[in-house]
Amino acid sequence: MTLTKADLADVLFEQVGLNKREAKDMVEAFFEEIRAALEEGDSVKLSGFGNFELRQKSERPGRNPKTGEEIPITARRVVTFHASQKLKAQVEQAYARTR
Amino acid sequence: MTKSELIARLAARFPQLVVKDAELSVKAILDAMAAKLAAGDRIEIRGFGSFSLNYRPPRIGRNPKTGAKVHVPEKYVPHFKAGKELRERVDFRR
Repeated sequence: MTLTKADLADVLFEQVGLNKREAKDMVEAFFEEIRAALEEGDSVKLSGFGNFELRQKSERPGRNPKTGEEIPITARRVVTFHASQKLKAQVEQAYARTR
Repeated sequence: MTKSELIARLAARFPQLVVKDAELSVKAILDAMAAKLAAGDRIEIRGFGSFSLNYRPPRIGRNPKTGAKVHVPEKYVPHFKAGKELRERVDFRR
């Protein structure tokens, strides 16, 4: 099952003891603060989880996959995520145990 | 922005809560997300993005120091794809 904002709000209600309203607002604010920092050009480093960084991409040639028409992909700024060693190890070890 | 800065900003947004609540909330959210990925499941946050796992097949790697061949087993690695709102807000072309 996919984890959603509603599931995270339930976690805050059960584990932290926030009321339902606060839990929902806290989850929303958590992701909004990360978005706002990235929008300002600031990277976000969450130790033990991973880093969100910004990359400048220059223009490159692209193609409309339907028509085959050549169209340039314009220069842009994009977000990349790098999982921490801890998160990578957690995922790898959990998978190794299932085999 | 670091985790402690994120905690401070959230604490400032919720004056009715104590700073400890913001700190516990950040830790609980990140722990729940990590546990979900470790369980092999996806995370989908509307307007922010989704986290999933990408498969890496087994391969023969090399110890860069000795040059010895080593077997690297298959594994899964976390992957993030930015959602529409995040993608549009960080792009400077707006």
